[in-house]
Amino acid sequence: MPNNRHIIKDGQIAVNEWLLVTDSSQPIPEAKVIVSLDIWQAHKEQLAKKPVGLWIKNDQSLETIHKDLSQFDVIAIDFPGFMDGRGFSIGRLLRDRYHYQGEIRATGSIIRDQLCYLKRCGFNAFDLGGNSNLESAIASLNDFSDGYQISVDQKTPLFRRRA
Amino acid sequence: MYQYDQYDHQIIGERITQFRNQTERYLAGELKDEEFLPLRLQNGLYIQRLAPMLRINVPYGMINSTQLRRLARITRDYDKGYAHVSTRQNFQLNWPNLAEVPNILAELAEVEMHATQSSGNCIRNTTSDQFAGIAVDEEVDPRPYCEIIRQWSSFHPEFAFLPRKFKIAVTGSDNDRAATLVHDIGLRVLKNADGEIGFRVFVGGGLGRTPVIGTLIRDFLPEKDLLTYLDAILRIYNLFGRRDNKYKARIKILVKAMGIEAFANKVEAEWEHLKNDESQLTQQEIERCQSFFTTPAYETIDDQQAQSLVDQQASDNLAFQKWLTRNLFQHKTPGYSAVILSLKSTGIAPGDITERQLDIIADLADKYSFGEARTTHDQNIVLADVRKSELFSLWQEARAAGFATPNIGTLTDLICCPGGDFCSLANAKSIPVAEAIQRRFDDIDYVYDLGDIDLNISGCMNACGHHHVGHIGILGVDKKGEEFYQIQLGGNANKNAALGKVLGPAFSREQMPHVISTILNVFVEKRQGDEMFIDTYNRIGIFPFKERVYAK
Ligand code: SF4
Repeated sequence: MPNNRHIIKDGQIAVNEWLLVTDSSQPIPEAKVIVSLDIWQAHKEQLAKKPVGLWIKNDQSLETIHKDLSQFDVIAIDFPGFMDGRGFSIGRLLRDRYHYQGEIRATGSIIRDQLCYLKRCGFNAFDLGGNSNLESAIASLNDFSDGYQISVDQKTPLFRRRA
Repeated sequence: MYQYDQYDHQIIGERITQFRNQTERYLAGELKDEEFLPLRLQNGLYIQRLAPMLRINVPYGMINSTQLRRLARITRDYDKGYAHVSTRQNFQLNWPNLAEVPNILAELAEVEMHATQSSGNCIRNTTSDQFAGIAVDEEVDPRPYCEIIRQWSSFHPEFAFLPRKFKIAVTGSDNDRAATLVHDIGLRVLKNADGEIGFRVFVGGGLGRTPVIGTLIRDFLPEKDLLTYLDAILRIYNLFGRRDNKYKARIKILVKAMGIEAFANKVEAEWEHLKNDESQLTQQEIERCQSFFTTPAYETIDDQQAQSLVDQQASDNLAFQKWLTRNLFQHKTPGYSAVILSLKSTGIAPGDITERQLDIIADLADKYSFGEARTTHDQNIVLADVRKSELFSLWQEARAAGFATPNIGTLTDLICCPGGDFCSLANAKSIPVAEAIQRRFDDIDYVYDLGDIDLNISGCMNACGHHHVGHIGILGVDKKGEEFYQIQLGGNANKNAALGKVLGPAFSREQMPHVISTILNVFVEKRQGDEMFIDTYNRIGIFPFKERVYAK
């Protein structure tokens, strides 16, 4: 799993402060870590002592983990392929249903052309992989200035705002 | 018709800018093939066997004369001078140049058209009844709700990368002319005993490799809950639909796998969270959308008088009389008729239309039908509001332009996908089979005597030609690199939706006209009175047909 040094966060290029750890057979490093669900469940107490992030796969149910959500500084949602859109629903559920306030990060396989939709689904951080031009990708966050539907960043649908 | 306001223009404009940028990045090598693929599909662009194909939405089939003229111009300027009406009421261009597609989209946007989500794994163009708003049997006009769904589904941030494509159809009448039961979601808009408007909701229908008739999931969904309920269904599908096998990825497979009850429970549980959110429709919004589909300024006409004029004209002119019997649809307003312009004249690929003809339809629409026309899922064009007193002159003009083939609903008004001549997924050509059948049955009196028959042809099991729901369905198959055709009988797209049964081993292309003729002979022999083919079939079953066709 590559850990890229820079990501897009809150509309800007930011240094990635987190190390992604998904191999439960290895000891947990000292750095700030985002861990997979099994590692979290096995080492909850130890991990909860300092800032920690959770990495979830898109077939993992939020219902089993929702009580823990407030303990995470960041939740990274894995996109195993950019055409696999389950993560969009998970982002919305985290924000709308579970009122998660921390960082929601899209990781794995995403492309810049999805940033605008991801943002509307509650994501505020995007790990685009090593060789993307992040500066130009930021523009894609604002491909659309408005949308018809409600979304995490717009609670009122267009039809209720139309003059 | 719906009219864009500044928001619609702004959103579509931003989409074009986005796609222009994506196309430039692709052509500059900055965007990989596989990354550009879903982006171009969601803007209507396929790469076909011979060239790109651009599918332009005609939302629920409604199009005006300005839009038709623009399509004509685009077809002239960017393509080879003809377009194609698809089985989902859309227009397709077969030869656009990839680099020019953003310009085409910009030209479309100027006349309030788009190609948004006309392909790809997303919510597609919502289809409806081509006689919406004028049919005698209609309970509620479905078009305002189609428009509400169009806006909700356009650029929906959560559902742009679904497991597979997703199609919604809406009808307001019991004689389901929109084939809602073979859609991912089928909606029947109706009134309950208290006069409130709502929807009967069907889910999990579809054609393709595994044809399924939709299952009822909600008997009466109040109109205000339309969008929140759709959100709930789509979210369950997005989260749980299969993504490991594209042939098992449609919602129908999920519904089958979970069972309708478990699926419905999940949707209801999800909906509990969503039903009171701001997406709940307001009366104001419903009325705003309804205001675009009010009745045009009909004149008060004495129907009897108008009709007797038509009858008199018909008695003097046999060709006109034939056209009247097949190419009209009853209008609920006295003195008016809906007219179906046939795009099925022999020798022309079903649904094909030249740029010149597009301009002529625009002129006819202006002259005879309040400037509006409609595309139909059986690949014809409707002028919905024609005064009876003008039928004769309309017929003469339509005839001169090649649209007056008096064959609507008959054997030769067949549905046919582009097939192997254009489509890279095809197993076999479909257009030549259509043509061979039209040539074989060129005796219009014989065709009339046969009555209404739906004959549908698909070039592969993706079923764009809806072969499963044709009374006679033809499917192109590939046997060791050779084209063969399998026949199915007994399908039905309407209220009594049914899937056809395979007759037996497939035939070569040369055999097809003869085989169809044999099937029709059996029908003619067994028919009771004026029975329709499908009714005879339902009475006697497949065996008599099988026996004769495969007789040694
Ligand atoms: S049915 Fe098959 S051949 Fe025909 S248009 Fe669809 S994909 Fe192409």
